[in-house]
Amino acid sequence: MSARLRVNPIACKAHGLCAELLPELIRLDDWGFPIIEDEPIPPELLDLARRAVEVCPTLALLLEDDRED
Amino acid sequence: MSAGDRLLPRLLAGLDPGGEPMTLAEHVRTHGELPMMAGQVLIEEVAHAGLRGRGGGDFPTARKMAAVAACGVKRRSRGGPSAVIVNGSETEPASGKDRLLLSKLPHLVLDGAVLAAGAIGAPEVIVMVGGNERGALRALEGAVVDRAQDPVGVQLVGGPQGYVSGEESAVVHYLNAGVALPTFVPPRPYERGYRGRPTLIQNPETLAQVALIARFGAHWFRELGTTADPGSALVTISGAVRAPGVYELAFGTPISDLLAAAGGTSEPLQALLVGGYFGTWVAASRAVGLRLARDDLRTVGCSLGSGALIALGQSACGLHESARVIDYLAAESAGQCGPCLHGLRAVADSVAALAEGVASRGEEARVLRWVGDIEGRGACHHPNGAVRFVASTLSVFADDVERHRDGGCAARSAGLPLGRDRPAAVVSAGRL
Repeated sequence: MSARLRVNPIACKAHGLCAELLPELIRLDDWGFPIIEDEPIPPELLDLARRAVEVCPTLALLLEDDRED
Repeated sequence: MSAGDRLLPRLLAGLDPGGEPMTLAEHVRTHGELPMMAGQVLIEEVAHAGLRGRGGGDFPTARKMAAVAACGVKRRSRGGPSAVIVNGSETEPASGKDRLLLSKLPHLVLDGAVLAAGAIGAPEVIVMVGGNERGALRALEGAVVDRAQDPVGVQLVGGPQGYVSGEESAVVHYLNAGVALPTFVPPRPYERGYRGRPTLIQNPETLAQVALIARFGAHWFRELGTTADPGSALVTISGAVRAPGVYELAFGTPISDLLAAAGGTSEPLQALLVGGYFGTWVAASRAVGLRLARDDLRTVGCSLGSGALIALGQSACGLHESARVIDYLAAESAGQCGPCLHGLRAVADSVAALAEGVASRGEEARVLRWVGDIEGRGACHHPNGAVRFVASTLSVFADDVERHRDGGCAARSAGLPLGRDRPAAVVSAGRL
């Protein structure tokens, strides 16, 4: 099963830590909000993705299993 | 005039646009008694009819009903019922069809809501209408009194009227907590909505169609329209036509027929906005040859949405009008999501600069980059609709952007309806 990152845009307050940790999958827009690659996270980046989720001050970053449906 | 013409009107049969709301007796005389049918039978009939949601989402109605019913079955084992919400917010300024249905033909909408409630096992129907829509609220109050025999309770709620307050999750949020702002999904309302219950949210026109399908069947429904887009639809046309208003037409009707039905154009057209402010500009030369069906509209990258069309005459400036619209949409952001709050404001300011001829050289490219960046990044679809509108503005009015760079624009305002200055009433309602 693969996983991908998703942001809750209401909770996100543009702290930007996620993009610092994981520039491979996350860049910031002109206002500092994250733009996340909508694709399964490569296995070698999974640990970094988990860390990015943990350090988000507003708990806006989510790691979600890809659903079958 | 199309072959399906003698089959219309359906929804608008017996309508007196300037008169009182249709009474229950008149309604039964026009359409017949409301048949009570088993839930599964109704859902299958709606599925065979091919009805899709008429609030702009285009989602197959039967699938939505079945999803709520399935969640309701799971939920009832734990003791909770499901709910039906009639979303009559109609916050799209260019649309008037739901207001027309609710204020003149309330029984048709309530029929559909009661049938849907029966089909998903909901004991209650909530009808949500903009709080300023006194005509609709008055008509519904009267209708509910006359329908004491209904097997489900009907509750009327006058809600807020901001552009995003009509969004599904915002409607549920308002009813649950008094806050008319979209929420982060999932859970979607069909899983957990009104008071945490599986909730079916439908547009008034969709439910009115359900009321007719229950009476006359899927086969009858498909006698109008195309195979992919069966049935009739309500369309609100405004702008440079002689008789703006709400019209019922068969899917597949050429746009040129709609313009003719609306009294013809009041001046030569330069473009049509298809799908309201979440919609797309189409150059008039391309638009008039199109039919109002998904297949045709997709070829120019648009959809009918909730059925609002605006005809823009040649004397108006498409760029200035669009700048006003995107400024309005930016102001109507719920302000919860950064990309929508900051992004739409930046886009609106840039489009205004392009319209005023004070933009810097890279302005257009920057707007297009923002359009790509903003899409899909809100909790609701508000930013998506807004940036689609802007993308079509820059494409259809590309020549105007060039002309404005040199400072030249002598066009007068076409006065597209925006928010509070939207027209108070639909002046005419007819049929093709």
